[in-house]
Amino acid sequence: MNERALRIGMPILVLALVLAAWDLVVRAFAIPPFVLPSPGLVFTTLIVDRELLWHSLLVTLLTTFEGFALAVIGGVGLAILFNQSRLVEYSLYPYAVILQVTPIVAIAPLLLIYLPQPLAVLACAWIVAFFPVLANTTLGLSSVDHNLFALFELYKASRWQVLWNLKLPSALPQMLAGLRIAGGLSLIGAVVAEIAAGSAGAGSGLAYRIAESGYRLNIPRMFAALLLLSAAGIAIFFVLSALSHLVLRRWHESAIKRER
Amino acid sequence: MSAEGSTIVSLRGVGKTFDSGTVALAGLTFDVREGEFISLLGPSGCGKSTVLRIVAGLSAPSAGAVDWPAGHAPIGFVFQEPTLMPWTDVAGNVLLPLKLAHAEEARSHAAVTLALKRVGLADFAQAYPRELSGGMKMRTSIARALVTEPQLMLFDEPFAALDEITRFRLNNDLLKVWQELRRTVIFVTHSVFESVYLSQRIVVMTPRPGRVFADIAIQAPYPRDERFRTSADYAGYCRQVAETLGKAMGSGT
Repeated sequence: MNERALRIGMPILVLALVLAAWDLVVRAFAIPPFVLPSPGLVFTTLIVDRELLWHSLLVTLLTTFEGFALAVIGGVGLAILFNQSRLVEYSLYPYAVILQVTPIVAIAPLLLIYLPQPLAVLACAWIVAFFPVLANTTLGLSSVDHNLFALFELYKASRWQVLWNLKLPSALPQMLAGLRIAGGLSLIGAVVAEIAAGSAGAGSGLAYRIAESGYRLNIPRMFAALLLLSAAGIAIFFVLSALSHLVLRRWHESAIKRER
Repeated sequence: MSAEGSTIVSLRGVGKTFDSGTVALAGLTFDVREGEFISLLGPSGCGKSTVLRIVAGLSAPSAGAVDWPAGHAPIGFVFQEPTLMPWTDVAGNVLLPLKLAHAEEARSHAAVTLALKRVGLADFAQAYPRELSGGMKMRTSIARALVTEPQLMLFDEPFAALDEITRFRLNNDLLKVWQELRRTVIFVTHSVFESVYLSQRIVVMTPRPGRVFADIAIQAPYPRDERFRTSADYAGYCRQVAETLGKAMGSGT
């Protein structure tokens, strides 16, 4: 079997084994569905509740996407600003770090008090996704080849030309790595905020469904929603990885297959 | 063939002391005449590269002055490493100086094609730097310096990292381009053989601080080729330059 087939085949085999074991345990010990539903039941719930869950998935994904987009705009924008003005960097960077190290779970309830719920959820998604974009882009912008920099200086390039033709392309690999982290994190941020808002009962995202199903002891639906969240996270990761590969495939070592 | 053009750039008592306190250059004085091929020869750390950076305006002298009798000439610079932008192809890299100068597109395109032809990379315009060999990367770098057809070209040990075969071929090609364009070249190297093969004049420098120790004319006619490389004349010049370099290193502290 070749490398590629193994890479795809082995995880599927593991999944099949785990599912089989799970089903066996549920059957053998006659575990009731409100304690542990069988994989079949989770799958059935996924189909039966598809409209409700699909709608919730879209709500969560939309929030995630908006938070991510704002994080990219804000993170890249602020990184460029930091790069252009040391004064701005010194003034604001510590606060960006504080925003990052304060656990989002602790901020979410506070945000929910001051902001309308959809906005608070969005803010959470943004806060967690913003920092990796900022940190990685900042690193990328300042790791330009010194000789290339001298070359631009020699040809009397303007500040704008240096930024556009040298710094931003140099920063692209790190920036894309930041985006890949940020994509997953914005989903986490959205989920945390929805869970925090859950008791308020106004939400309709997937995480809210999980919280709600928990109260109602609708465990199969909890599993189904969790499954969708994981799938969403995986999809985000793959889309961003594909984007990164597409952009870097011609020139960056990370995107090039090594010849043996 | 002697260099008889007017002086294009003149270094007058140039000194450079780095922030760390290292005295890289002290009282360095020499003239470069238009159309001349001149080599700066010296051991590593004698400040040869610093001289080039000062001439290019990338670094300011701490003492003395750099005079441009006929006005500041446009400069092309070839670094020790190819220093290419990995995210764009060969043509994109060569185009850069023109792009930064907002040159007209049709003219730029023609200039890029010509520069690539001159260094023998006409067929590699669409290749990305990572797909090229070390020699081809260096050729791209030279094409980029050539594309604006600058009056003065500065080479900072460009072939030091290449194997001998590639280095010889690039030496020959560089001479061909120089004879065709007759631009002024200042070529930094630590190789006696390379400097004798290429230049009309060799400025031998002492290490720490960098100073002019000797100024040797190499009077062999161009075009120079493999016959010159194996001639008694060449061997004689190499011996003379090597001895001078030996004395220069002895005179340093």
